[in-house]
Amino acid sequence: MSFQIKEQPTVFDVCIVGSGAGGGMAAYQLAKAGAKVALLEAGGYYDPADPKYITQLKWPWESPRRGASTPFRSFGDFDAAWGGWDLDGEPYTHKGGTEFDWFRSRMLGGRTNHWGRISLRFGPNDFKRKSVDGLGDDWPISYDDVKPYYDQVDKLIGVFGEAANLPNDPDSIFLPPPKPRLHELMIKKAGKSVNIPVIPARLSILTKPINEDRGSCFYCHQCNRGCQAYADFSSSSVLVKPSLKTGNVTLLTNAMVREVLTDQTTGLATGVSYVDKEKLTEHTIKAKIVVLAASACESSRLLLNSKSPRFPNGLANSSGIVGKYLHDSTGASRSAFMPMLMDRKRYNEDGVGGMHVYTPWWLDNKKLDFPRGYHIEYGGGMGMPGYGFGWGMENTNGKYAGPDGKMKTGGGYGASLKNDYRRFYGASIGMSGRGEAVAREDNYCEIDPNVVDKFGIPVLRFHYKWSDYEVKQAKHMQDTFEEIIHALGGIPNGSKPGPENDYGLAAPGRIIHEVGTVRMGNDPKSSALNKYSQAHDVKNVFVVDGGSFVSQADKNPTWTILALSWRASDYIIDQVKQKNL
Amino acid sequence: MKRRESLKALTLSSFGIAAVNPQELLSEQRDLQKAMAAEEVEIPGGRTKEEAVYDAKLMSETFFTPAELTTLTVLSDIIIPADEKSGSASQSGVPQFIEFMVKDQPRWQTPFRGGLRWLDLESQKRFGKIFTKCTSKEQLQIVDDIAYPSTAKPEMSQGVAFFNTMRNFTATGFFSSEIGIKDIGYMGNTPNQWDGVPADVLKQYGLSYD
Repeated sequence: MSFQIKEQPTVFDVCIVGSGAGGGMAAYQLAKAGAKVALLEAGGYYDPADPKYITQLKWPWESPRRGASTPFRSFGDFDAAWGGWDLDGEPYTHKGGTEFDWFRSRMLGGRTNHWGRISLRFGPNDFKRKSVDGLGDDWPISYDDVKPYYDQVDKLIGVFGEAANLPNDPDSIFLPPPKPRLHELMIKKAGKSVNIPVIPARLSILTKPINEDRGSCFYCHQCNRGCQAYADFSSSSVLVKPSLKTGNVTLLTNAMVREVLTDQTTGLATGVSYVDKEKLTEHTIKAKIVVLAASACESSRLLLNSKSPRFPNGLANSSGIVGKYLHDSTGASRSAFMPMLMDRKRYNEDGVGGMHVYTPWWLDNKKLDFPRGYHIEYGGGMGMPGYGFGWGMENTNGKYAGPDGKMKTGGGYGASLKNDYRRFYGASIGMSGRGEAVAREDNYCEIDPNVVDKFGIPVLRFHYKWSDYEVKQAKHMQDTFEEIIHALGGIPNGSKPGPENDYGLAAPGRIIHEVGTVRMGNDPKSSALNKYSQAHDVKNVFVVDGGSFVSQADKNPTWTILALSWRASDYIIDQVKQKNL
Repeated sequence: MKRRESLKALTLSSFGIAAVNPQELLSEQRDLQKAMAAEEVEIPGGRTKEEAVYDAKLMSETFFTPAELTTLTVLSDIIIPADEKSGSASQSGVPQFIEFMVKDQPRWQTPFRGGLRWLDLESQKRFGKIFTKCTSKEQLQIVDDIAYPSTAKPEMSQGVAFFNTMRNFTATGFFSSEIGIKDIGYMGNTPNQWDGVPADVLKQYGLSYD
C-alpha cells in the first residue's frame, strides 16, 4: 500500500498535542498572546452544553443499564469521560508480572471531563521532598516560583474553599465553599474528637459566577457528567472554547500523533506527524514550537517513538530518563454503615459534584514509619440510585433491628425487604486516602519492542511496583479510617484490609494521577526538561502535562499542571520575544 | 462549537484535495459506509455513535425464552411486591432490565439461565411441576429455603447464590426505575440552591453550623 502523507503548507507558531489541562492552558495562553496554534486532540469534539453530548440531569432509567460501566465509558453510561482503562485497538503491556492500569480518555478536554475537581496547590515542602526526607529528588523550582501562577489559575478558573493557613497546604483565592452535608457535619465532629482535621473541600466549581461565559453551580452533584452551565472546570469548556474564540487556534480532533518530527541538521523539532483516526489518512503539521500535553505516559510514548539518527534514544532523551520515575498517587478506601442515619428524613442533598469537606495531611512523617502523607476524601448521602443500588442487602439487613425492634435473618424478600431498602437509604459513608508515593527510577514505561496499536504506533510497556513506603502508608490509612468510623459511631463494612492485599492499596494507575515520566531538573543527565518545562536537548520542544513532575504530592495534580503550563507558556512568549525561539 | 469553527477544523483535516490514490479512495469509501451505518442507528443525545450502535444491537437480540422471562417476572415480584407506597418489580420493568443486563454483561447469562433451571428442577422434585405452575404457597416454600443465606441448608447453596443475584438485580432495577426513585424518596437531580441541612434535621441529630 502506498501512503500519501499530506503536508499542511502553513507553518504554525505552535503545535500542541493534547487538549486536557496542560494543552488547554497552553492553547489559551499562547493564542491570547497572538500565536497561531494547531491544537491536536486524539479524540472527538465534546461540549457538555450541546444536547448531542449532554448526560447531566438524566435519570437512571434513561440508560438501559442504569448507568453501569461499559467498554466505552469505564465510569458508566452517564460519565462525561469517553474511554477508560482499556481502549479497543490501543493496548499496552506489562513487564515482569507487574501492574499498571492506564486510564485514557480520548476526547476534547481529555481526562478533565472526569476528574473530581479537587484543586489543591502543592505546598512548599512538596517541591523539595529530598531536602525534607532524603528520598527522591527536589524540584528545580520552589513554591514561590509557582505561587503567582496558582494565583492566576485560581482567578481564571475559580476554586472554592476556606483559608486554613496550613503550612504545606497553601490557601487559594477562594470562592465561598458549600455548607457540609449531614454526614459531613458528623465527620467533622468525629474528626475533632480524634484530632483529625476536617476542613472545607477545595474544588474548582463556581459557587459564584466569575465571568460572563460561565454560569454558577446549580448543585446537581454531577460534575463528572460535564456541566451545561460550564460551572466546573474542564479544559474543553473553560480553556479550549475561549482559545478558539481568539481566532488563533486551529483545532484538529481525531488526530492521533505518531511522532515529533525533527530537522536532522539543526536538531530542532519541525512539527508532528499524525493519523486521522476517522479517515485513516496520514498527515504532518509544521510548527516552530511543539508542546506535548498528551498525558504523562502518552507524551513519553511520543518522545520515545520519535527516534532518528540524531536522536537514537528518542527525542529529549539523551539522559535516558524519559518514561522513568512514573508514579501515581496511592489509594485505599473503606466504607461504613451509619445506624443513626437509618430512616432518614428525605430532602435534596445533592450539593456540588463532590465532597464538601476533606482532610488534608495532618501528621509529621518524621514520627511515622513511612515518608509521605495522604489526604482523605469523604462520600455519602442520599444520592441518586443507579446500577448497583441495593446490592448485597443480605449482608446488612440481618445486622440491625427492624422497625419493631426485632432482629431478623439477613436476606429475605417481600414487603419487609422492600422496606429495608428505604430504611437503609443514605445511611452509608465512604472514605478514600490519596497519598504520595516515592518516585523511583525502576517504575517506568518504555516502548514494547513487539507490539503496535491499530494505527501501527508502538505501544507502552509498564513496569511498576509499590514499595514498602506505600504499603505502610496504606496500612496507616486503614487504621485511620477505622478510627474515624468508630468516632462516628459507624460500623465498618467488610473486614479490614490487611497485609494479604497490601492493606487495600489500589493498583498503580487506578487513581489516575500518574506523573513523572518526563521530569524537569537542572541537570540534563538526570532530567528531560529544564525548570520551564523545556526539553534540555531540543529547545523548541516543551512538555506541559504531568510528565514534568519531579514528585506527585499528596494533592491532586491538576492545579499544578495548569500552573506549570501557564508558566511554560509565559516562558515561550518571552523566549520568542527575545528571539531565542 | 460555532459552525464557522467546526468548518475550519474540517477543512484542515480533510484538506479538500481530490487526489486519486488508493488510500484516498479507501478513506472515502469508509466515510460513505460510516454515513450509511449512522443512518440506520439513531444516536440519542449523550451517546457516542459506537455506544448507540452497540446498544441497538443488544436491543435487537433476545436472550431469555418466554418461559424464563415469566419465571423472572414471578420471582422479581416475590422479592419486591407492590405495596401501599408503590408498584411491584415487574411493573417497574425489572425483567426487561435483567434481559438487557445479561446481554450487556454476558458473565451473568449462565448464573441466570442455570439458576432458573435449578429452580424448576427443585420445583419438579418437590411438587412435580415447574416453578411458575406452582401455587404461590408452594413457590414461597422453595423461596424460603434459599432467601436467607445464613440459615439456609448447605444443599440449598446454589439456590441461595442464585437468589442473592436475583435479589440484587431486582433491587437495582426497581430503585433505579421511575417508580423506585419516587418510592425511595430521592429528591435531587434538579437545579436548586444548596443552603445546608434543613434546621429540623440538624436539631434531630444535635448538630449545627456554628
